[in-house]
Amino acid sequence: MEKEEFTITLYTENSIGLIGRIAGIFSRRKINIESLNTSPSEVDGIHRFTLVITENEEVVRKLCRQLEKQIDVLKAYYNTDDEIVWQEQALYKVPADVVTEKVYVERLLRQYGASTVVIRQDYIVFETAGHREEIDRLTEELNKYGLIEFVRGARIAIIKNSAGIHDKVLQFENREPSPHLVENEYLDQRDHVFTM
Amino acid sequence: MNTTLSKTENNETPQPETVEISGSKALLEALLAENVDTVFGYPGGAIMPIYDALYDYSETLKHILVRHEQGAIHAAQGFARTSGKTGVVFATSGPGATNLVTGLADAMIDSNPIVCITGQVFASLLGTDAFQETDVINITTPVTKWNYQVTDATEIPEAIAKAFHIAATGRPGPVLIDITKNAQLQLFAFEGYKKCSHIRSYRPEPEIRNEYIERAAELINQAKKPFVVFGQGVILGKAEEEFKAFIEKVNLPAAATVMGLSALPTDHQLHVGMLGMHGNYAPNVMTNECDVLIAVGMRFDDRVTGRLDKYAKQAKVIHLDIDPAEIDKNVKTTVPVWGNCKKTLPMLTALLKENDHSYWLQQFRELEKEEVKEVIQNELNPVTDTMTMGEVIKVLNDLTNGDAIIATDVGQHQMVSCRYARFNNSKSSVTSGGLGTMGFGLPAAIGAWYGAPEKTVVAIIGDGGFQMTLQELGTIMQFGAKVKILILNNEFLGMVRQWQQLFHDRRYSFVNITSPDFVAVAKGYYIEGQRISERKDLKTALETMLSHDGAYLLEVMVGKENNVFPMVTQGSSVSEIRLK
Repeated sequence: MEKEEFTITLYTENSIGLIGRIAGIFSRRKINIESLNTSPSEVDGIHRFTLVITENEEVVRKLCRQLEKQIDVLKAYYNTDDEIVWQEQALYKVPADVVTEKVYVERLLRQYGASTVVIRQDYIVFETAGHREEIDRLTEELNKYGLIEFVRGARIAIIKNSAGIHDKVLQFENREPSPHLVENEYLDQRDHVFTM
Repeated sequence: MNTTLSKTENNETPQPETVEISGSKALLEALLAENVDTVFGYPGGAIMPIYDALYDYSETLKHILVRHEQGAIHAAQGFARTSGKTGVVFATSGPGATNLVTGLADAMIDSNPIVCITGQVFASLLGTDAFQETDVINITTPVTKWNYQVTDATEIPEAIAKAFHIAATGRPGPVLIDITKNAQLQLFAFEGYKKCSHIRSYRPEPEIRNEYIERAAELINQAKKPFVVFGQGVILGKAEEEFKAFIEKVNLPAAATVMGLSALPTDHQLHVGMLGMHGNYAPNVMTNECDVLIAVGMRFDDRVTGRLDKYAKQAKVIHLDIDPAEIDKNVKTTVPVWGNCKKTLPMLTALLKENDHSYWLQQFRELEKEEVKEVIQNELNPVTDTMTMGEVIKVLNDLTNGDAIIATDVGQHQMVSCRYARFNNSKSSVTSGGLGTMGFGLPAAIGAWYGAPEKTVVAIIGDGGFQMTLQELGTIMQFGAKVKILILNNEFLGMVRQWQQLFHDRRYSFVNITSPDFVAVAKGYYIEGQRISERKDLKTALETMLSHDGAYLLEVMVGKENNVFPMVTQGSSVSEIRLK
């Protein structure tokens, strides 16, 4: 089975130390996490991890079972790139004189849909968001013009064929009601929230 | 509400009342509410407020002062294994907490329900490299089912309730709660203790799916050569009767993993032996002959499967397990049966059609005869002058009639005990199966006795492993645990020596271990004992040990270079098991 890029989406409780517990599941198997993002999810109190790894599907499936086994993890999903809508953000700092003197750079930025964040006399900071290949291509181009600094954000991804976690949470809570049921204004409002 | 916290005024019905108590007292109230009666521990600076509060609870909470924190957690493991309850451990911060790590790893891999309470420095000192501060949460994360640091006393009731719920439900495991010293001292309004029965993100038992039960039953009904392998899941699920009914209905041959020992009486007519590296010949060979392999509450450890690419390739595999992560982890499953086997086994049994597999069972018996001839006969009835470990176990079986709890350490004696000890009752085998922790045997036996004080507990230990935790003789001396210690001394680190002999051209690199006079050491702890080296003394010595009212140490000198056979060598298939 060949290795490919997988995006793992975890819905978790917002607990201190969970990130270490999750990271340990990968590191003990010597699997590199290429990108890691944590953020709130659509349900209040439930967090969402987005991780990117390159592995074969069988390993990824087993990893997800181990991840889901963690007490604070509600659900783990894994997807290939074509099953998700994903973005990565990048910031580029380039010398101001290069941008102002060489029109080509300006075109390049337009071509990649980059926008200006900061303009100073000595440098300009641009930002863009897109797939990694796009960001990589722009980085490569800007390198030719004296790219001073570059940073790329972690991947964030929405699963195309997913109704989010609302239904799952309700399902869990119906099966075994929690003493402290999380009341959330978006619960049961899926059709109003999602337009996909 | 616990009665110790209720007040009665003017002869009215006691009403729950909010009272201000310390975090330490709240912890002890929580333990009592969880029906804890025994704690194994060792005090220190950062857990002193808890020990101070414990002083007032000495009537209701028995505290066993061990001689090392590793002893505390192994004792708690032994306690959990024989009592079926959750073992509880107290340790202080820093070195106290780090000394628990081996036991946590052992409990994690062997699914023992344990709750460890560790003291921690004041919250204001966290991260400052304070005296005896270690980041115990990060250190123990990979070896706990769950851990949590309490920095405020108000968190204690909920944290403890969650800890007990998590440790004992689903696939059991160790939990660690680290409590800062300020939280132990802090007074807060205690509103009573509520047990935890639900955590939103934790679903201890997966949903049972009928379609898989039906498919599994269909496979078993069609099978010509069905074979059951069972693990500790049967014991943890309290499913011994359900398991027996399952195999008896259609005459299914069943073999135990090391951790599954005692789930089915050894003498049961369908018990065909033990699986694995030093298991019995027949079940290993027949694994690669069966057409349907039914795994019940076991995890296909590499010591059981040998080479995975040659393991039961011809068989359809049905795997019953409470932990979904175990399905397909090592062996590809044809039909997964998620759930507690106490529930799934009767559902499966109900769908089985009457069948008789006696011809197939007979094939196991034929191979068993071969193993008896080649290995067992010589091991149990040796003609040489030196005693074998097997014959010691055989005489012990005769004297205890298979009713003793056998706790073992790790090594050759462990494998010999697992192979030859008879178990009539569930929860009577206590061994370190997954981690293989030398030093486990003695403290685990102490805990096992506290878990089942009405039983005879025999700790079978090698000369190497005994020296790893022999300081726990002090615990036996002080608290009077009636543990029978049987040291099988071959003056070697025997299992390593066996491997060096077989795979490293007899280059016996640092396995020749010298021991003290164990009997004199025991006498130093006021524990009776004797040493024998002659076969003629064996039976009487064992009788003396068993009939002695109290702890007793018997050291038996056995053959120096005896090997444990059969053996599935590393990199071999289970059917390539060697008889010599």
